[in-house]
Amino acid sequence: MNPSSVHLSPIDYSILGLYIAFVIGIGFALKRQMKTSADFFLSGRNIPAWVTGLAFLSANLGALELVGMAASGAKYGIATCHFYWVGAIPAMIFLAVFMMPFYYGSKARSVPEYLKLRFDERTRAFNSVSFAVMTIFASGISLNALAKLLNQLLGWDYNICLWVCSLIVLLYVLKGGLTSAIYTEVLQFFMIVLGFAPVVYLGLKDAGGWEAVKQKLAGVATQPAVYNLSDSASKTFQPDAWTSAWKPLLAGPSQNPMGIDLFAMVFGLGFVLSFGYWCTNFLVVQRAMAAKDMKAARNTPLVAAVPKMLFPALVILPGMIALALTATPGKEYHLPQAIISQARMNDAIASVRKSAVGHADTTSALKSLTSAADTSFNPAKVQALLHAAPGTPDATLAIEIQDAVVNDYDGVILSLVKRYCPTGLLGLALTALLASFMSGMAGNVTAFNTVWTYDLYQAYIAPNKSDEYYYWMGRVITVVGIVLSIGAAYFASMWTNAMDIIQLVFAFVNAPLFATFLLGMFWSRTTGTGAFIGLLAGTAASAIFHACTISAGNLPGVKGGYIHAFWTLPSDMAQNFWLASFAFIVCFVVTVALSLSTRRTKSDEELTGLVYSLTPRQTVEQAWFARPGTIGIVLLAVCVLLNYLFW
Amino acid sequence: MGLDIRFPIGMMFALLGLILLGTGLFTGADAALRITPVININLIWGAVLFLFGIVMWGSAILGKNR
Repeated sequence: MNPSSVHLSPIDYSILGLYIAFVIGIGFALKRQMKTSADFFLSGRNIPAWVTGLAFLSANLGALELVGMAASGAKYGIATCHFYWVGAIPAMIFLAVFMMPFYYGSKARSVPEYLKLRFDERTRAFNSVSFAVMTIFASGISLNALAKLLNQLLGWDYNICLWVCSLIVLLYVLKGGLTSAIYTEVLQFFMIVLGFAPVVYLGLKDAGGWEAVKQKLAGVATQPAVYNLSDSASKTFQPDAWTSAWKPLLAGPSQNPMGIDLFAMVFGLGFVLSFGYWCTNFLVVQRAMAAKDMKAARNTPLVAAVPKMLFPALVILPGMIALALTATPGKEYHLPQAIISQARMNDAIASVRKSAVGHADTTSALKSLTSAADTSFNPAKVQALLHAAPGTPDATLAIEIQDAVVNDYDGVILSLVKRYCPTGLLGLALTALLASFMSGMAGNVTAFNTVWTYDLYQAYIAPNKSDEYYYWMGRVITVVGIVLSIGAAYFASMWTNAMDIIQLVFAFVNAPLFATFLLGMFWSRTTGTGAFIGLLAGTAASAIFHACTISAGNLPGVKGGYIHAFWTLPSDMAQNFWLASFAFIVCFVVTVALSLSTRRTKSDEELTGLVYSLTPRQTVEQAWFARPGTIGIVLLAVCVLLNYLFW
Repeated sequence: MGLDIRFPIGMMFALLGLILLGTGLFTGADAALRITPVININLIWGAVLFLFGIVMWGSAILGKNR
C-alpha cells in the first residue's frame, strides 16, 4: 500500500455512507414516477430550468474534469481558463439562444434523432453508433481512473471500487431513469462545490493570498525547469506566463506553457472543439431536452453558464496554488511525484554514476535511469545530474534524483486534500470526488440507454413495438451499459496504449461534428448526402491530419506523424486544436459543395422547426430582459470582463 | 411533480453540516493543518453546510405551500 495514503476515520465513512444512502434513496423515491419510456428516458419533460441547468453542468463535471483542470492549472497556469471563458461559455450561450429551439421544438428525443429528422438515416446511424461507443468508453475511462485513485489514496481494492461504484449508479439509474440521474447530478453539483471550496480556501490562505501566488508563479515562469515544467534548463518565460491569460498567448507558442498560437486557441478550441462538445454532445443536451417547456430548455445552458464562469476559482486555482506552494521554501510541499523506493533508488544511483563515468549523452542516460527507477524524469535535470554525479555523495544524489522525477499533475488535487483536510472535511472532499465520478458515469449511462433504445434498437432492430417493450429494453440496456463500462474500465487499465488509440479515434469523430449541425440548423439547402459525406470527410481529414503531423518531442506513432511529419507543432494541444480546425473546415466545405450538387430530399414543410430560416420566430411572451438572447449577451459581457480582469 | 429535489438536498446537507459541526466541536482545531492562525474548519464549514441545508429545505417547503 502507498505509504503516503490517507486514513479515513469512522466519521469520514459516515459522510460517505450518508451520501450513498441519499443517492440510492432518490432513485427509489422516483420509481413511482416511472411509468412510460418517456418518463424513463426523457424525464417526462417536466423538470424546472434550475434543476436541468445544474444537471447540465454536473453531467460534464466528471472527476476527470476536476482532476484534469487542477493538473492543467499547475502545468499551464491561468491559460487553462480559456477552456471555460473562451470555449465553454460562448458555446453554452449559442446553444441556448440558437440551437435549443430546434432540439426541443423538433420533438426529437435525442440528438441523433434530430439528425434523422433534419437529414436522413445515414447521418443518424453514424452519429448514434459513434456516440454510443464513445460514451461507454468515456464511462469506462472515468471508472478506471476513479478505482485507481481510490486504490492509490485509500488502499481500497481496485475491483471492489469498480463494482461497488457501478452498482450504486446502476441502482439509482435503474429505478429512476433520467430523472434520477438529473436529480442526483444536482445533489452532486452542490457536493462538489461545497466539498472542494474549503480546500481551495485553505490553500489560498496557506499560500498567502492571490497576490502571493502570482508573485511565486512569476518566479516559476522565469525558471520552469527547476520545477520540472520544462525539459530544457535554459527555457524561460515572461514572469506573467502562468498568471496572464492572454499576453503569453499573443506572444506566440514559445512564450506560453501550453505552446499554442492565437488562431488554434480561438478557432480550434474556442469554436470547433467547444461548440462541438457543448452543442452536439447528447450527454449534456439530454439534460436541456428534459426541461419542462421551451423557455426552461433555452434557459438551461444559461443557468449552467453562471457557475461555469466561476468554476476556475474552484478547479483551476488549486493547481496554481499547488505550484506556488512548491516554489515557496519552508512550506514543505512539492507537486506530487512518484516516490522511488529504496531498492530502486540504489539502482538509480548506480545508473547515474555509470552514465556519468561513461560520458553517456543525456538520452541514453535518461533511458537507463528510467528503467532503473521505473518512472519518468526531466531531461534537463538528468543532464545536470550527470555533471554533478562524480563529486556528490550518495545521499545527496538520491535527493536530486528524486527531485528530477516528473510531476504527477493528476495527483495535485488529492495532495491538497491530504494536506488541508482534517477528519470530517476529508470525508467531505473524498465524497465530493466520488460524487463527481458518479455524476459523469450516470450521465453517460442515461445518454447511452436513450440513444441505444430510440436511435438504434427502435430505429433499426425492433421498430413498432409497444411503449412498455421499449421501457423494458431501456432498463435492460442500462444494466448492459454499466457492465460494458466496467469492461471498458478493465480494458483501459490493462491496455493504456490501446486506450490512447481509441480516444484518438473519438477525437477524430468529434472534430467535424459541429460543422454538420451548424449547416443543418442554419442553411436549409444542406442535403442528407452532403451532410453524411461531409461528416465522413471531416472524420477522415482528422485522421489524415494526425498521420501527417507531430508535436515537438514526440516520436511518430500514437502521437501522429506516422505517414510523414509534414508539420511539427509546438505542443500536443497545438496539434489537437489545429486538427480540430482542419477537420471542421473540411467537413464544412465538403458539406456545402455536395449539398449544392445534390437534390434536397426534404421539403420546406418537413424542415419547419428544424432549420432557422424555416421556423417561425417565437411570439415574445417574455419581458425583453428575460429573453435568452438578452441574458446571453449579459453573460457574454461578464465573460469578456473576466478575460479582461485576468488579461 | 412528485419529488422536489430540494428536500433531499436540504436534508443531506443539514445532516452533513451536523456531522462536521460535531466533529469540529469534539476534535477542536487541528494544529496539523499548516494554517496560521489555526482554524477550526470543521466547525465553520459544518455551520455553513447546515445553514445551506436548512435554506434548501425551507425553500422546498415554501415552494410546496405556494
